[in-house]
Amino acid sequence: MSFQIFENDFWSINETITKLLKMTNAISVLLIDKAGQLITSTGDISQLDTTAFASLSAADFAATNQLAKLVGEKNFNTLFHQGENKNLYVQLIADKVILVVVFDSRTSLGLVRVRIKHATDELNAIIQDIMNKIKTNKDENVVGLDTDFKKQAESELDELFK
Amino acid sequence: MSLINYASREISCKIVYYGPGLGGKTTNIKYIYSKISPNAKGNLISLATELDRTLFFDFLPVNLGNIRGFKTRFHLYTVPGQVYYNASRKLILKGVDGIIFVADSQVERLEDNIDSLQNMLENLQEYNLNLASVPLVLQYNKRDLPNISTVDELENILNPQKLSSFEAVAVQGIGVFETLKAISKLVIRNLS
Repeated sequence: MSFQIFENDFWSINETITKLLKMTNAISVLLIDKAGQLITSTGDISQLDTTAFASLSAADFAATNQLAKLVGEKNFNTLFHQGENKNLYVQLIADKVILVVVFDSRTSLGLVRVRIKHATDELNAIIQDIMNKIKTNKDENVVGLDTDFKKQAESELDELFK
Repeated sequence: MSLINYASREISCKIVYYGPGLGGKTTNIKYIYSKISPNAKGNLISLATELDRTLFFDFLPVNLGNIRGFKTRFHLYTVPGQVYYNASRKLILKGVDGIIFVADSQVERLEDNIDSLQNMLENLQEYNLNLASVPLVLQYNKRDLPNISTVDELENILNPQKLSSFEAVAVQGIGVFETLKAISKLVIRNLS
């Protein structure tokens, strides 16, 4: 089973994280799935290797969750990394995806924290909705990923890994 | 669990190299990084100890290109092989779409291979996954060394289900792409 994101949900997610970016005056906001794959991002990511960032964020979150269990907590839903110039605020959404806000001194931790709470509620609803859709459609073929897609992918694989 | 984004037209799949410590998982991924064309790969990330042993994972994104309008990517991960890093190994398996088990062909590593395979199945079980839901291929690495088990022996012990398996000398690149190609195709076929 795949984690499928359809157009409408994607635009709702983007609207929410763009609003969060503006309200917090953050540098960028990223949404990542727990397996380490970037779902979407907004803001200035020109200096960021987003693929590596997504993978490391998911690993960071997974490792911290295990730390939580070792001290008797179910999990830590929120992480905060403070640097000299830039900071990361990381929030688990619907137990499924990870929201990361990258920000600097143009805003404050307090503001980011408050605004993330609002965004979390909205994103929770969207992600839950996506999960329900995936469950309902689980026996149906994925739109667009037909035999032709798989054949072409296999021939690309032959070419790339020869 | 692969990620299919219909709005941005992107597909990402996660492939994990599993196996005992010092078996050649990182060597596989480093060889791929060195040989694949620059526009088809991202940065290689290695979370390793000072002695270059994998501490958490290695990570390499590989772009397959545009397949019928979908930007298709594979994310390759290795796990740390040493027995005491199991907590980390389990985390890397989260959301896995396909596994390459890299076995060390040396006779004295046979037990380690068996233990690692068993450990992999137990860790998958914790995510309610098994070999019916996650494709697996095996790679018998270090075939150039003198004191190795025969392929028949390895097949009988490690691969009773007769899954695809490949002989390899990862340090020279032999068998590396064959193995990756095989698992990638299985992952694509398994997309749903």
